[in-house]
Amino acid sequence: MAENQTYYVPEQSKWPIVATVGLGVTLYGAAAIMVNGQQGESTTGSWVMFLIGSLIMAYMLFGWFGTVIKESRSGLYSPQMDRSFRWGMSWFIFSEVMFFAAFFGALFYTRMFAVPWLGGEGDRGSSNILWEGFQATWPLINNPDPDAYPAPEGIIGPWGLPLINTILLVTSSFTVTVAHHALKEDNRKKVKLWLSATIALALIFVFVQGYEYAHAYQDLNLTLQSGIYGSTFFMLTGFHGAHVILGTLMLTIMLIRIHKGHFTGDYHFGFEASAWYWHFVDVVWLGLFVFVYVL
Amino acid sequence: MSAVADTHAQDDHHHGPAKGFSRWLLTTNHKDIGSMYLIFSFAMFLLGGTMAMVIRAELFQPGLQIVEPEFFNQMTTMHGLIMVFGAVMPAFVGLANWMIPLMVGAPDMALPRMNNWSFWLLPCAFLILVSTLFMEGGAPNFGWTFYAPLSTTYGPPSTTFFIFAVHIMGVSSIMGAINVIATILNMRAPGMTLMKMPLFVWTWLITAFLLIAVMPVLAGVVTMMLMDINFGTSFFDASGGGDPVLFQHVFWFFGHPEVYIMILPAFGAVSHIIPAFSRKPLFGYASMVYAVGAIALLSFVVWAHHMFTVGIPIAGQLFFMYATMLIAVPTGVKVFNWVATMFRGALTFEAPMLFAVAFVILFTIGGFSGLMLAIAPADFQYHDTYFVVAHFHYVLVPGAIFGIFASAYFWLPKWTGHMYDETLGKTHFWLSFIGMNLAFFPMHFLGLAGMPRRIPDYALQFADFNMVSSIGAFMFGASQILFLVIVVKCVKGGEKASAQPWDGAEGLEWTVPSPAPYHTFATPPEVK
Repeated sequence: MAENQTYYVPEQSKWPIVATVGLGVTLYGAAAIMVNGQQGESTTGSWVMFLIGSLIMAYMLFGWFGTVIKESRSGLYSPQMDRSFRWGMSWFIFSEVMFFAAFFGALFYTRMFAVPWLGGEGDRGSSNILWEGFQATWPLINNPDPDAYPAPEGIIGPWGLPLINTILLVTSSFTVTVAHHALKEDNRKKVKLWLSATIALALIFVFVQGYEYAHAYQDLNLTLQSGIYGSTFFMLTGFHGAHVILGTLMLTIMLIRIHKGHFTGDYHFGFEASAWYWHFVDVVWLGLFVFVYVL
Repeated sequence: MSAVADTHAQDDHHHGPAKGFSRWLLTTNHKDIGSMYLIFSFAMFLLGGTMAMVIRAELFQPGLQIVEPEFFNQMTTMHGLIMVFGAVMPAFVGLANWMIPLMVGAPDMALPRMNNWSFWLLPCAFLILVSTLFMEGGAPNFGWTFYAPLSTTYGPPSTTFFIFAVHIMGVSSIMGAINVIATILNMRAPGMTLMKMPLFVWTWLITAFLLIAVMPVLAGVVTMMLMDINFGTSFFDASGGGDPVLFQHVFWFFGHPEVYIMILPAFGAVSHIIPAFSRKPLFGYASMVYAVGAIALLSFVVWAHHMFTVGIPIAGQLFFMYATMLIAVPTGVKVFNWVATMFRGALTFEAPMLFAVAFVILFTIGGFSGLMLAIAPADFQYHDTYFVVAHFHYVLVPGAIFGIFASAYFWLPKWTGHMYDETLGKTHFWLSFIGMNLAFFPMHFLGLAGMPRRIPDYALQFADFNMVSSIGAFMFGASQILFLVIVVKCVKGGEKASAQPWDGAEGLEWTVPSPAPYHTFATPPEVK
């Protein structure tokens, strides 16, 4: 860490404007893909735009984080700067928690109110007039209008692949913690081993989840279009999976940095931030396992 | 890296801003970024205001004279979106960027590069949003609250672009809020405990918390919309087991804290301005802090007061009614404290004080109509009428907007080094005050008499008040050109401002010269 006690304020930087162009082009391209697709028009140009935007984003992430890493390793960051990063990462993770809270909230409202009311329960139960014969169950395998939303033929039971996924992720939280302790003791070999184990577990999780999705789509006819059960199932597990992939990427970069000799026993916030993110991803999975699969 | 590179990087700090256009694209300086936010927000204010002029021109007389109904709906929608997300929120972020580091004695915001990214994402998002006006099918036309299924099943193709623009704005806000919290919690000068922080800093700390908590929920709801539109999900479609009311719940869980996000910084600014022009300390500092905290906490549990008529169970209506009425208590504490601050003060009424006093009175009127709306059975009459439009324009225009004007006049000398033209400032105030009241007070009566919202044409009995309202709106709109003239004139020149041009003002920001040097507080000051 730095001897330097003044707070480092970076000089001009191109990364913010690069990131803006990157994000703007990527998302405009994504929108164009969807809209052109819906209207039956060619999406080639839009895909090109999306890919160019994504490349700009990748370039920006490498460059911006690379600059920060360089500045950190040149001792420009005071303990106060370190605290800014800790606050920043903590509050970012909180915002991610709130993002998932919105989807869990939707699931809660649907199961506790919307579906029972559609089935005739309670004061609001008169809405059963719209779809006669609709039975309110969960998982909802008979939608009110099966022509518009063909129901799935089965559901994903919690005690098969999802249980394996739970074991994988919880174990990986342990392994990343062991890796962290090893890093604090400057035992590089141990860090590499346990961090690699974490990444391996994460990759197996992603593979298992992908296999589960394929099984859902092909064998169970459980898709995004299968009504509210499919919608909530795939949104929650899908966004979770995306965050797992992000987390795995972060951990992999930390592993690369360890191999390059970065970090010391008492100065390794990049690693800690990635580990915090990984624990967050694990906790969200536990919530998913309980509320999407089990209950 | 070598020690030579280190000291060189430090030296560069004190060379002042770079030259040319790229200065603005590449800056990391909170003053530069604050100025960009303020200029952007004013441009958006004029754009959203132009849309309001189109609305009021059509509503000037009964009949459909000026625009097609479909385009009218695009105007009402875009007016709302641009004012909320493009004018009010960025203005407050601009004030935060300029003033928080100065007020806490910090050299800059905690994460200066991310700060610039937060800004530049806004022009990007609004480019996308405004471009929807020129897309096939037109811009979003379903109201700024974009309820499903009007926005999903029946929305124009541009809705998907609107959704991504909202995502970009959300990223900007969340990162900005993280920066504000890190700055306030981590970079205060030694000796500045939390209960010694200026009120503007307190209100922004709490606003930032609200932003981080609810912008992701907005992201969630627009993502569910995106999925329903493009990927065949049924979040908001009952035939698939979903529910349109789910949209309203998730949206307003964001939407209610959002309106507090749009007012709390104004509360903070007014808490600086009134003591300065009363030459008396703020009455009841601690209770002002607790009141803002209470308002913020309560803001999370009142969202369904926007949904009284949609069919929620009676138990829900009662809970949300009581919780909403409860928010009036801490808000009342603040209003009483502002008045108590003025009591027996040595009062002068320069432009900042005029706007601040008008804020207190007219925001309170807006609060009263809010209390009326909070009463669930009564709301069955008021909901979706012009009474609601009157309420929120009273809390947003003489609330948020006057708060921003007051702040601008108060801090322009610090930003530019010149005093603005006081006569022109007072003129701007009176024209805005009269225009605004003419525009929005009649809307209370229109609503009570039964005129619905979001309509391009109306029954003949509503004609007179609509005409008065339109005239007031045109007057208000024209007065904002005067504000532009005042600001440009002040930036270019004027009477030199001292470090502390307002003799009653307190705070670290008044200890630095006017205009504030490019870099301030490289070493933090001692706070007693």
